[in-house]
Order: sequence, then structure tokens, then C-alpha cells
Amino acid sequence: MPDDDSPGSAGEARSEELGDPLVELVDVNKHFGELHVLQDINLTVRRGEVLVVIGPSGSGKSTLCRAINRLETIDTGEIRIDGEALPEEGRALARLRSDVGMVFQAFNLFAHKTILENVTLGPTKVRREKSKAAKERALGLLDRVGVKNQAGKMPAQLSGGQQQRVAIARALAMQPKVMLFDEPTSALDPEMINEVLDVMVALAKEGMTMIVVTHEMGFARKAANRVVFMSDGQIVEEAHPEEFFTAPRSERAKDFLSKILTH
Amino acid sequence: MGDYLSQISTLFSEYDVLGAFWVNIQLTFWAAILSLILGTFLALMRISPIPSLRWAGTTYVNLVRNTPLTVIMTFMVLAVWTQLQISLADNFEQNFFRLAVVGLTVYHAAFVCESIRSGVNTVPLGQAEAARAIGLSFVPAARLVILPQAFRGAVAPLGNTLIALLKNSTVAAAASVTNETSSLMRNMIEFNSSEIYSIFFIFAIGYVILVIPIGLLTTSLSNRLAVRR
Repeated sequence: MPDDDSPGSAGEARSEELGDPLVELVDVNKHFGELHVLQDINLTVRRGEVLVVIGPSGSGKSTLCRAINRLETIDTGEIRIDGEALPEEGRALARLRSDVGMVFQAFNLFAHKTILENVTLGPTKVRREKSKAAKERALGLLDRVGVKNQAGKMPAQLSGGQQQRVAIARALAMQPKVMLFDEPTSALDPEMINEVLDVMVALAKEGMTMIVVTHEMGFARKAANRVVFMSDGQIVEEAHPEEFFTAPRSERAKDFLSKILTH
Repeated sequence: MGDYLSQISTLFSEYDVLGAFWVNIQLTFWAAILSLILGTFLALMRISPIPSLRWAGTTYVNLVRNTPLTVIMTFMVLAVWTQLQISLADNFEQNFFRLAVVGLTVYHAAFVCESIRSGVNTVPLGQAEAARAIGLSFVPAARLVILPQAFRGAVAPLGNTLIALLKNSTVAAAASVTNETSSLMRNMIEFNSSEIYSIFFIFAIGYVILVIPIGLLTTSLSNRLAVRR
């Protein structure tokens, strides 16, 4: 992996190393009643790519992210993961979801289980791993995200930043092909944002395929290969992060960036 | 006062009051366990992703909840036993006891279902989404993530259902269970009508003694088991 600190060239240099298409969205449409939240979305994320999705609230970026593991259904179009179309429901869908890690804005740790149990639940119940092996791997993952010493506690006893790092470990425990992050830092107090972003940057550097809905421009600049700007259910602009933040082409992107940059 | 006390002690020696309460406790015990099982299945049906199951669960609850318990109990004896000739035990008395348990179960499962569903509503949607996101399908997600939290949130309403069940167990008289409290009370009034206040007092206090601990226990359990979020 090349050094990402040189702005501008980072995305291009990395994009050459990207593999085959891993997540593909073809002509995806979705309505919430009258509201057309996803309009003819075409998007391909390749293996090893880090994609940041940015846009004003209500632009459909969270819906897009949630549609990829079918937490939101779509009206028309197709979503493929690793060449396989998303099944409608049942076991096939569950199996496919187990390959797609998801990190939520509100963490959603299982409130009645300890931190360690949160991480081992998927491997033992979905993957049928032996509990001892799963536990060892879980402790390794908790160590990696820096909360190993909290393993015996309940989620409510941890800070937001710690809970979100556990949520990342829980998703990683399934050894996913791709990780989805739905505004992972939006519910955090400012001082906790960086501890979560650091884990995400490290993950990106290790070559994890990531789709990240976020407003964290620092993260986008540091780790993303590509930024997708969404507005009113459409993909308005796609660009390398540096290019997007310094010289956005569309009026809507300029307008949006001017609003989030003024303070 | 002394009059009443001596009346009560005479009544206790003439009739098997404790035995009658014991019958109601047993009716309640079995019906509670069975209706918890049936009610959990009904609740699962009502929250399942399959529309026909949801419809069946909803129909059961609406139908049974709106049928008077006396009707269900009479139905157990007149329809299930007399007409359909379904017998649940060779022993005559045991048969009526079991029919009454089934009637109480059928009726209370609807309320248990609704209690559990109110518990499910205390579990944030994100918990189910997180469970699905790691690859758990509906039944494992329900068993491992949703129901354990839902039951903790449903302790208080389930306690109310249990209290109602205990008192409703007296309707077993309508299913020809003749040795339980309401049948005994009627007998006692018939043969000792002059001591009606004492008789009332015995049964009222008896149920108060049984019900108050259930209320206290479920309130404290409800607080202790509450999921911290």
C-alpha cells in the first residue's frame, strides 16, 4: 500500500492496485412513498477500494448504504456482491449478510450481552466456530481496536467511542468481504471521533474494502480512493477526495461544501 | 370479632379450604407454563416476516381475547369432551382438571402474546438490524437477541397476566373442576349461609395472600432484569 500522505496522488496510485468489482449497484431505484430516495444509482466498488459517500441529510446516502445488505429493500435494479445478486430473503440472504460487515450510527451493540459475547455471537452462531477459538479471535480483535480490557463489561458501561470500536470488532469477527459504515461517528462526542476514525484508517490501510457514509473530510482525504457526492437521491459527482474537496465540479457539491466548511 | 374468628376456624375444620386453594395454584402453574410457551410462539408469529403467519397470530389473539373465558371453559367440556370425545386422562377428575388447564392456556396465551409483544417494542429496531447484519436469520435473531431482551421488558405485563390467570383459574368450575375455590365457596355459602361474611373473608384474604407476592416479585424482577441501554 503506498503512502497516503501525499495528497492528490494517493487515490490514483491506490486505484491501480484495486481488484475486481466487489459491490455493484445497477440502475437501483427506491421510493419512500412519494419520495424517490434512490434514483438510477449505478455504482461499482472494487476489491480493496475505500469509498466515501457524502451528501446533505435526506440525500439517500444512508439508504444506499443500508440497501447494500438489504436492510432496505429496493424497488428496481440489481445489487451484486462478489458477483452474486442479493437474495430476497431467507437463509441465502442471511449468509450473504454475514459476508458484509455493518457499522451503525447508533452502534447497536447487543445490550444484554457482554462486549466479548457481542463479538463472538456471529462466529459461534452463524459460522459455527468453536467457542474457544472464537473467543481467542474476538479478544485479538478487541485488542486491535483498543478495548480488550473492557471485554467483560456490558455495552452501556462503555463510552460511545468504545462502543463503536466494539461494533467494528463485531463486524470484523465475521471476516467480511466488505465493510459498510453508516455515519459511524455522527452520534459521538467530538473527543471520541478520532479514536474511531483511527481504527477505520488502519482498516483501510490493511486493504479492507469499505463503503463509508460520513462527513469526516479528514478521513476521506486520508483513506478514501474515491468520494461519491449524493444529493436528492442521485449520485451527482464522483471524484478523488482531494479533487472533490478542493475543486468540486457541480453546483450542488460546491453549495454543500461551502455550508460544512464555513465554521 | 371473636365470633368471626371461631366461625373461620370451624369453617376451616369442616371444609378443605387449603386443598381448594392448592387446586387453583396447580391450575395456575400448569396454565402459566403452557400459555407462556404458546404465547411466545404467537408473539413470534406476530412479529415474523411472513404475512400469513402474522395474520394467523393476529386472528388468534383477536378471536380468543374477545371470547369470554367461561365460554371457552364450557366449550372444553361440552364440545371437546362431550361431543368430540377427546379425553385427556382416564381419571374422571384428572380429565376435567386437564381440560381446564387447556382452556386457561388457550385463553391466556393471547394475553401472554400481547405482553411479550409489548416487550418486543422495548427493544430498539437497531438490535434486530445488527442481528440481521451479522447474518442471523429470523429465528436465531429472535432467540438470541430479540426475545431475551423482550422478556426482560415484559416481566411486569407478564406478571399482570399471571395475576389475572390465578384469579381466572376459579372459572375452572365451568369446566367441571369441582374441588377448586369458587366451587368450594359456593358449597360453603349453601350450607353455612349464616356465616357468609366469614366465608367471603376467607377467600378474599386467600387471594390477596397469593397475589401480593406475585406483584412484588414481578416488580422487583422487572427492575433487576431491565436491560441497561
